[in-house]
Amino acid sequence: MSKYLLDKFLFTVDRDHALTERYREDPAELVAWWEAEMANRVLNCIAAEDSTWLSFTDAERAALVAHDHVALFEMGAHPFLTLTLWIAMFERDFDEPLGMQLDYARQLAHVTQPYPDITT
Amino acid sequence: MAQLVAVLATTHHPFYYRTSQLPPEEAPPFAAEWVSKVETYRETLTRARPDVLVMVGSDHFHQLWLDNMPQFLVGNAPVYDGNWENEVREFGMPKLLLKGHPELSSYMLREGIDRGFDLAFSNELRIDHSVTCPIFTVRPDADLPIVPIYTNIFAPPLPRPERFVQLGQTIREIIDAWPSHLRVAVIGTGHLSLELGGPRQFGPTGPDPEFDAQAVDWIARGDIDGVLKNVTLDSLHAPGNATHGFMDFMLMMGVAGYHAADHVDSLSLFHTMEAYFTWYPNPHLIDGLGDGLGDGLDLGARA
Repeated sequence: MSKYLLDKFLFTVDRDHALTERYREDPAELVAWWEAEMANRVLNCIAAEDSTWLSFTDAERAALVAHDHVALFEMGAHPFLTLTLWIAMFERDFDEPLGMQLDYARQLAHVTQPYPDITT
Repeated sequence: MAQLVAVLATTHHPFYYRTSQLPPEEAPPFAAEWVSKVETYRETLTRARPDVLVMVGSDHFHQLWLDNMPQFLVGNAPVYDGNWENEVREFGMPKLLLKGHPELSSYMLREGIDRGFDLAFSNELRIDHSVTCPIFTVRPDADLPIVPIYTNIFAPPLPRPERFVQLGQTIREIIDAWPSHLRVAVIGTGHLSLELGGPRQFGPTGPDPEFDAQAVDWIARGDIDGVLKNVTLDSLHAPGNATHGFMDFMLMMGVAGYHAADHVDSLSLFHTMEAYFTWYPNPHLIDGLGDGLGDGLDLGARA
């Protein structure tokens, strides 16, 4: 489990418009690129200072590639980060105001408390 | 010494700005009442005639990140840019620019550290909607210098509720001791019950109206002991998965002390309840209050 790395993915992709669009259009390509190039980047540092130990589990990688926000929730990814990125990617596909957000909630309707721990 | 003229504790609803800008024919049915309540609330700050604003909020994973996460941070910069690209994108909020007040920031840091809070600081801080929302609601001219204070209500492990109250009490002590002739207002924003990214998000009301009613009552009465007795880090999960933002209200209760609020208002919206509180810790400094006559302003339910 690498909740931190899932959160780092969501955080860095959400704040970069080009990455957000790449993730929407071709998630497998973006996730593979991100894990190879960005997963070990210490933010605000040059590549020479990259970390050496961060990678996704198979289940995490699959959830990201599948745009599976329910799986991300169940893994303990920070729900605010996931929601914000999903709004950026998919709100445009719904006609009704908040349609995306309500559909997102419905897909999580089976979840009971306590929710998965998001502590990193 | 500086004069603490007003303490404001409010929700920060990022959709207020866009809603308030809509022409009437495009505005949702709740917009007029919302704008009216906010305009009334704005007057509670205006009449206090502050010179500088201490502003408590919480960065939403904008500048503060998990590789280096402070629990409490004071901005110490001459200028603050405001709002982030994903807030422009999602909420339609404009970017803005606010002056800082490095003298008060430096004093807050030195005194806070000496009084038991090992405060982090930032010399280059782009503030987010937790601080800019109250600018849009209660000081839209954005003409006063600010001292931003960020709390971590977002990335566990979090400080406990008691610590938020204590920090509020310490901020109050520091302002009261600040050797300055300026009039200071403290404005803090948080949440009542709130769910984001979970199954209860964006319902017809906040996820837990019962909690919201209780929370408004605690705040309105200045019931610090009651809220501390009932609220824990664990208990805040039940009303909604983003309800830890309520601890910023608890911080503001610490600033205000054991006093009933002078202005109390709320508005139940889809998704969340809005709530607005103002205290005047030194009523003799407020025109029309010190003589007990009032000046016609509706001060709400003084519990």
